Amino acid sequence: MDLHLSRECSMTLQDLVALSPILHLGAFSIVIMLVLAVRRHHATIALLSFLSCLLTLATLPWAATSAPRTVTALLIVDGYALLYMGLLLSATMVVISLSYRYLKLHFIEQEGVEEYYLLLLLATFGGLVLTVSAHFVSFFLGLELLGVSLCSLIGYLRTRRHPLEAAVKYLLISISASTFLLFGLALLYFESGSMTFRGVGTVVETGQAVPSLWLGGFVLVLVGVALKLGLAPFHMWIPDVYQGAPTPITAYIATVSKGAVIALLLRFATDVGVLKIDALVHLFGLLAVCSMVTGNVLALFQQNVKRLLAYSSIAHFGYLLVALLAGGSAAAAGAEAVTFYVIVYCAMTLGAFGVVTVYSSEVGDKDRFEDYQGLFWTRPWLAAALTLSLLSLAGIPVTAGFIGKFYAIAAGVDAGLWWLVLALIGNSVVSLYYYLRLIVTLFDEEPAPATLPHERAVQSTEAAGWTAVFSLGLVASIILLLGVYPGPLMEFIRDSVSNLVMVVVQRR
Amino acid sequence: MVLWFLILIPLLAAPLAWMGQQWSRHAARWIAIGALSIDLLLALLLWSQDHWFQDSGQGSWLLESQTSWIPLWGISLHLGLDGLSLVLILLTAFIGIIAIIASWTEIQTRVGFFHCNVLLALGGVIGVFLAIDLFLFFFFWEVMLVPMYLLIAIWGHEQRRHASFKFFLFTQAGSLMLLVAIIALALLHQHATGRPSFDYADLMGLALNSGIGWWLMLAFFIGFVVKLPAPPFHSWLPDTYAEAPTGASIILAGILAKTGAYGLLRFTIPLFPGAISEFAPIAMGLGAIGILYGAVLACAQTDIKRLVAYSSISHMGFILLGAFAGTELALQGTVMQLVAHGLSTGALFMLAGALQERLHTRDMRQMGGLWGVIPRLASMALFFALASLGLPGLANFIGEFLVLFGSFSAQPFLTILASIGMVMAAIYSLAMMQRTFFGRQRETRIAPDLSNIAFGTLLLIAVLQVWLGLYPRPVLSTTMPVMGTLVPPAPKLTRPPSEFLPSSDSFARLRGKPRLLSREGMQGVSSEAVAKENRLRRGVAEESSGSTAACLSAVVCYGGWIKPWISTSHVSAP
Repeated sequence: MDLHLSRECSMTLQDLVALSPILHLGAFSIVIMLVLAVRRHHATIALLSFLSCLLTLATLPWAATSAPRTVTALLIVDGYALLYMGLLLSATMVVISLSYRYLKLHFIEQEGVEEYYLLLLLATFGGLVLTVSAHFVSFFLGLELLGVSLCSLIGYLRTRRHPLEAAVKYLLISISASTFLLFGLALLYFESGSMTFRGVGTVVETGQAVPSLWLGGFVLVLVGVALKLGLAPFHMWIPDVYQGAPTPITAYIATVSKGAVIALLLRFATDVGVLKIDALVHLFGLLAVCSMVTGNVLALFQQNVKRLLAYSSIAHFGYLLVALLAGGSAAAAGAEAVTFYVIVYCAMTLGAFGVVTVYSSEVGDKDRFEDYQGLFWTRPWLAAALTLSLLSLAGIPVTAGFIGKFYAIAAGVDAGLWWLVLALIGNSVVSLYYYLRLIVTLFDEEPAPATLPHERAVQSTEAAGWTAVFSLGLVASIILLLGVYPGPLMEFIRDSVSNLVMVVVQRR
Repeated sequence: MVLWFLILIPLLAAPLAWMGQQWSRHAARWIAIGALSIDLLLALLLWSQDHWFQDSGQGSWLLESQTSWIPLWGISLHLGLDGLSLVLILLTAFIGIIAIIASWTEIQTRVGFFHCNVLLALGGVIGVFLAIDLFLFFFFWEVMLVPMYLLIAIWGHEQRRHASFKFFLFTQAGSLMLLVAIIALALLHQHATGRPSFDYADLMGLALNSGIGWWLMLAFFIGFVVKLPAPPFHSWLPDTYAEAPTGASIILAGILAKTGAYGLLRFTIPLFPGAISEFAPIAMGLGAIGILYGAVLACAQTDIKRLVAYSSISHMGFILLGAFAGTELALQGTVMQLVAHGLSTGALFMLAGALQERLHTRDMRQMGGLWGVIPRLASMALFFALASLGLPGLANFIGEFLVLFGSFSAQPFLTILASIGMVMAAIYSLAMMQRTFFGRQRETRIAPDLSNIAFGTLLLIAVLQVWLGLYPRPVLSTTMPVMGTLVPPAPKLTRPPSEFLPSSDSFARLRGKPRLLSREGMQGVSSEAVAKENRLRRGVAEESSGSTAACLSAVVCYGGWIKPWISTSHVSAP
């Protein structure tokens, strides 16, 4: 297995092919930077960045021809990484199309909107690096690139108070995550003498008791990752940042940023083989239960839609951890379940935040419950999309969320994690309550017309913009399609993660 | 393909009904009625091919349709129709039409969306009755939930929000238990054979060790009993039934409750034969508790819809009692009770809704002396109150009687307790009549009587009640082959049958040549049990109403007369 490590570091053409998605996206970012110097035009830049993602997406099949492949010691391009890349790029595309109208509404003056898209691409670039990283260096670089770009994106609406507050919070949390991470990585290196994931894992492989410093190092790394993912008890920043950030960016944090980190965590956990260490399994289980309970219970009290979705996302990552833990004893089911759940989660979160984005007006984000009262009777399609996303988050059939939850439960049952599965079920029931509360608000009697001037409603409908509507429709149909006919995607995921799973099998 | 039509017609008509509200005021209603009528006709057409039912049974379907869906998990779109599903589909389509007629005047806002939801819910219910892939079953099981929730949350009465939440959370909690159990079964199949499967036939053949079997059975039981419901999982029901709009109450009580019973009969009992034999006394005990608890609380209600709701709990207790008795008689009684309760409760909710529409209250303390004001409504209410209390000659009697009769051999004590429930039924039903329609008139208000359409609909249900009460054979013979397979194969007689009370188990065993034995046996049992019933009944009846007592006293000869039909249904077994 150490063949990979001993390979020479010079790059061949095949390596470049394998890396083509990342290289393309980097090149496109530079092109956009140059274009920005020549011509500042919102629509052009938005279109260009959208096309960059699309073209990068198109390189994935090409890269797949040379996968799986280890490129230098830092990166490993395999089906699993490419799958997540596809997910991140698609989610970025949706966010870009949602952002266009949102920024148009919020930037009345020529404040310089265009760098927003550049930052988005760079953040996604960081995410792509995370999916392929097999080494501490690439891990840390990817994470920082993602975090720094996100930090400026959150504070992008710099004349408003809330985004700035959120940006500072995110910056602090990002820094502390990095410090934990760095110290943890240093300890791991100290004990194992290696910076690659597999090299670190050799300590576990020997079967002897794991050195306590190694264990401490891993726990610190885990804390860093948990901070990024917002797992309870490291979730404090999530609601504030979600609420304060511009809504498309909130959607971006919830999907692309967290998706990339989950991709990394899954690879890290399987490569290192941590799930064979009982103590760490318990720790993961504790994190999962904590996240589920905290997220769901706190969500019950929210009066703000964005905060509610923030707490629900904490809970959802708890569910995800259950599936991840199942990967310990039943690898195939676990990795598949995690991947499927991440994809589904991205779709439904984009749907929910997408509706909030489209619904918000010049005055500000519409994120209070009152804003949504009777929405179904005034703007049925928007409300239907939100209802669909919420039902999907709640895991009701016909939506993708159900299949995702089904997968997670199946993985948990297969691995015999009965307590975690029971916790998952109990939490699902609790979570239903707040989703239903929002749904029932949508179907309430509409408020008196005095509070909602008719002209403004019509105006904002017109301003909805075809890009946002189109992407919302796409997301909604994906939610439905995956809910009704998930077979092909399941098989695709099984093929893609097989490489990752093989590692586990070899290690046994 | 026919089976898919049955499901897809209401589902596809649903958006059409929504759009229909733009075309004309009643378009949505007509579209909904049309779709359900087509379903009803289709089902009747299937039913008319009578010879089929002789060779149907659990695992051998009259009609089957299978398409691959998620091959990775061994999930397929597998539908199957047998006698039990057919009877329940007929009931669904019929009650659905009743519900739409009942909401004709009540629902005036967002008519299109209302009927869209009704059709979606009913489509889901029909899917539940047809699906024999457990994943698909669960899919439909949940599909019917969301539209039902919206029906309550949007068109319900004052406390609708609370009621709709309670409904959704309770049923969803039960469903998730069910989901875990279903997944566990599929994975056990994977461990046994190397590939996961959600197919009914595959899972039937699965050998479970007793520990796992017991837990899985419990999850299946709770999942279904929440929907039924029986104590201690019933607390959502009174709120939900009372706060739902009339049409939704009819669907909830008439059809949705039946899906729980169907699940028990179709899945819980056949999938876990080992665990069931140990668990049956507990389940039957819950049934008996439900009967008494529902009846006692029904007596104490002042809200007329809550009264009907609690009576519903009481009636569903009979279903639980019969389903787990393990004798063919009791199982047949369960099916009969499903149909009869659907009809009678549907009608009662329709009447309660009509009363509320006229008086703007459900509080019986503010009613009284309405017979003179609205004679049509009052007379229909009397009829269905009598049906609900199990008046011989009406369908409910057949169901409850057969259940009690069949359960006696299994659990004599519980059966005796349960039969007290029938007495209580007389008390609360007649008390309801007394408080609303008789007595002193509270105030002189002019309320319009039932419209011709509503009256005609109720008359039609009444005719069906009488028909099934006098001639239950069509239903019984349709479901008999299915029910026959549910009887434990080798019933152990724990005690020798007493000389004049032969065990009903032995009838089930002797189905091959029952003509001589069963008739004689039946007569013996019937005269004894009927006489006991009758004594109880007569006591209550005299207290409550003289005229009713006269009606009830016909029970002896009637009971003797109905027996041959039931035993004939035995005879027609192959």
